[in-house]
Amino acid sequence: MNFELNEEQQMLADTVERLVRNTYGFEQREGFYQSPQGYSPDFWRQLSELGITSVPIATDYEGFGGTGVENMLVMKELGRGLCLEPYLHSQVYAAGLIQQLGSLEQRQQILPSVASGEQLLAVADEEAGTHFHPEASECTAVPCERGWRLSGHKRVVIGGELAHTILVTARMSDGDGVSLFLLDPAAEGVSRTGYPCIDGPKACDLELSGVYVEADALIGPAGKAGPALAYQRGRALAAQCAEALGSMEEAFRLTLEYLKTRQQFGSPIGRFQALQHRMAEMRGELELARSMTILAACVADDPDSSERSRRLAAAKFVVARASELIAEQSIQLHGGIGMTWEYSLAHHAKRLVMLTHQFGDDDFHLGQYSALLELPRQASRQVA
Amino acid sequence: MDIHFTPEELAFRSEVRAFLEQNLPADIAGKVRLGRRLSKEDHQRWQKILNKQGWYAVNWPVEYGGTGWSVVQKHIFDEECAAAGAPRLVAFGVNMVAPVIIRFGTPAQKEFYLPRILSSEDWWCQGYSEPGAGSDLASLKTRAERDGDFYVVNGQKTWTTLGQHANRIFCLVRTDPAAKKQEGISFLLIDMDTPGITVRPIITLDGEHEVNEVFFDNVRVPVENLVGEENKGWTCAKYLLTHERTGQAGIGLSKAALAHLKDIASAETVAGRPLIDDPLFRARIAEVEMRLMAVEMSTLRILAATRDGGVPGAESSLLKIQGSEIRQAISGLMRKALGPNALPFLEPELEPDFGGEPLYRDYSASPASQYFNLRKLSIYGGSNEIQKNIIAKQVLEL
Ligand SMILES: Cc1cc2nc3c(=O)[nH]c(=O)nc-3n(C[C@H](O)[C@H](O)[C@H](O)COP(=O)(O)OP(=O)(O)OC[C@H]3O[C@@H](n4cnc5c(N)ncnc54)[C@H](O)[C@@H]3O)c2cc1C
Repeated sequence: MNFELNEEQQMLADTVERLVRNTYGFEQREGFYQSPQGYSPDFWRQLSELGITSVPIATDYEGFGGTGVENMLVMKELGRGLCLEPYLHSQVYAAGLIQQLGSLEQRQQILPSVASGEQLLAVADEEAGTHFHPEASECTAVPCERGWRLSGHKRVVIGGELAHTILVTARMSDGDGVSLFLLDPAAEGVSRTGYPCIDGPKACDLELSGVYVEADALIGPAGKAGPALAYQRGRALAAQCAEALGSMEEAFRLTLEYLKTRQQFGSPIGRFQALQHRMAEMRGELELARSMTILAACVADDPDSSERSRRLAAAKFVVARASELIAEQSIQLHGGIGMTWEYSLAHHAKRLVMLTHQFGDDDFHLGQYSALLELPRQASRQVA
Repeated sequence: MDIHFTPEELAFRSEVRAFLEQNLPADIAGKVRLGRRLSKEDHQRWQKILNKQGWYAVNWPVEYGGTGWSVVQKHIFDEECAAAGAPRLVAFGVNMVAPVIIRFGTPAQKEFYLPRILSSEDWWCQGYSEPGAGSDLASLKTRAERDGDFYVVNGQKTWTTLGQHANRIFCLVRTDPAAKKQEGISFLLIDMDTPGITVRPIITLDGEHEVNEVFFDNVRVPVENLVGEENKGWTCAKYLLTHERTGQAGIGLSKAALAHLKDIASAETVAGRPLIDDPLFRARIAEVEMRLMAVEMSTLRILAATRDGGVPGAESSLLKIQGSEIRQAISGLMRKALGPNALPFLEPELEPDFGGEPLYRDYSASPASQYFNLRKLSIYGGSNEIQKNIIAKQVLEL
């Protein structure tokens, strides 16, 4: 066991940290948020020039071939800076799906331009009734001459407004599992409604009205995308834990600093023992979240197993709980100032809470973990 | 011992229900239920309807236009109003400054201000907090210096709720900088149109303009606008705070929110199944409902103890903590119930006059915003930490 980063990993962490610090001050971020694109194309270009956009993608496709650990290092800094770019959804999740399910030709065609940052991807896997269960998709894929026609309504596609290609889940017939298709959002029959999410990044809804896609738009075997979706959601949530960790560290730092400077009743409020204990509690949860983020990063790329699934569910559960606690308490300990739009703390709080609304919240993962709970032999026999 | 309402109380409840059914405008109730923002006009419309019925100044003595209701009647009224989707009354005029004027004001002040509050002609805001004086309110610095028949006011107030709608502000100002903290403070009524006042919006994390900064630059306030004695404003402030805290458990609001949460959980589906059938989520709802039941019983017990005209003491601090935590917990479950659909930030759908098609459902735009907005419940009106300090000191004598 070894918790040290190697030299290359340390360099990667430092590079991203520096870039975010220099280009993603809170005021600049507000500017990116208010801009029509809703993110910083310039920052994205810099990520690309430094090779950061290629980190999660395999070397075979001009990527850097990073593991969960490298993803963690990048995402933690993007979280600290409250970055608005769809790195997680495009580079980690969508690219991961293509890497796992795509044919050699699809991989070679798509992934190099994703690695270079030229092409943005998004995944449309949530609908009105899915609620973290993409395998319950009700969108339909009806075979037609030389392809399929896709219909249905996709909700909250993060990064979908910017994406050049969107991966869409759909079902070919009722009894089947889900399939995954590549969709050009400019195709006829697609209507996109874009909006910001309450924590900043842009997303969109997609209305698909019999959209024609070619036969080779199908990624992976028909009706069998479920396991890959689950596996890649695991990789994504590991990276997302790191994003939350970066944001938690920053929210905690800001709060600690505030407790030392804000004066009430003739002393810094950090002198009040009630607040000291609250901070100590938060520090404890933060430490657990850090450990689980590392655990998630280290198992994210392991072969699928119930042990991997359990650990990832546990990581998201612990991180989601810590995120909500630190978000709520950071605001509380700031008093009124913690609720203001013009202070970054409030935006960290929003990000931390809303991260629990993607890739499953604490309840979802509590359910996942419970279902996989290891039981003594006798007990498992009884259940069976 | 009998926890049931008396026949008279039940009859009163029916009367309130019937009134609400006939008089509460459906458009306003709809906005409240869906968590949309309310306009100034929405609030005033409802205030005028209540006033016409004689039910606006519920807490005033009868001779000034109050109802003379018992504490139980007031509780029933609050609860029925919340259940019907009536807007929560903006307290600053009718339930904050008015009791202070009634208790400490001159006959001329009563005669001038009270009718204008009843008629909704005046909209009041509360100028207590300052950038440097939050929990430690008594450290406030806004100065009022006597100059002939005027006070000249200089300084800054902040977090002034709905100050953008107000034509009047009641302020705590320092009139004797040499005196001990609490002793040099006075309670002043100020016309917002007086030259030298600037109101600047503060946007909160949910994108809403609800609070403001108010700047005073050589603002001349007639001496007759002083309430009570000079340098005795802290007495008024404390009197007002007990009134402010009494209503803060928000039982009726929590019940209404809980009903709305059940609606949402029944309408939302998870992998094709109604969320309300998910045992874990259902248990989470059950848990807050049980706690709410306990807080309601406690509220009723404490109210009953004050039936003879007493003001609830430090017990109101207990209720404020419990009540605010429950409302926050319900708001948390409400956003959770939406899963990914809580993410879109659709400001137009939150506006009072939104009449279009919602992106998703009519109930989906507000829960996340509301959840963040309601963080304020444990911060204002004396933060929950300050309430715990009061309990430790006054109840536990630690
Ligand atoms: C949405 C909103 C609306 C408001 N509306 C109004 C209004 O209309 N008019 C008005 O005058 N004010 C208003 N307020 C202000 C409100 O009353 C103050 O925010 C509140 O008193 C807390 O003060 P503060 O924000 O300066 O926090 P601080 O007092 O700086 O407190 C920061 C943190 O320290 C804690 N703390 C402070 N002292 C102690 C202690 N002794 N022991 C333990 N913990 C302590 C607090 O609980 C808090 O967690 C509003 C506030 C909000 C958020």
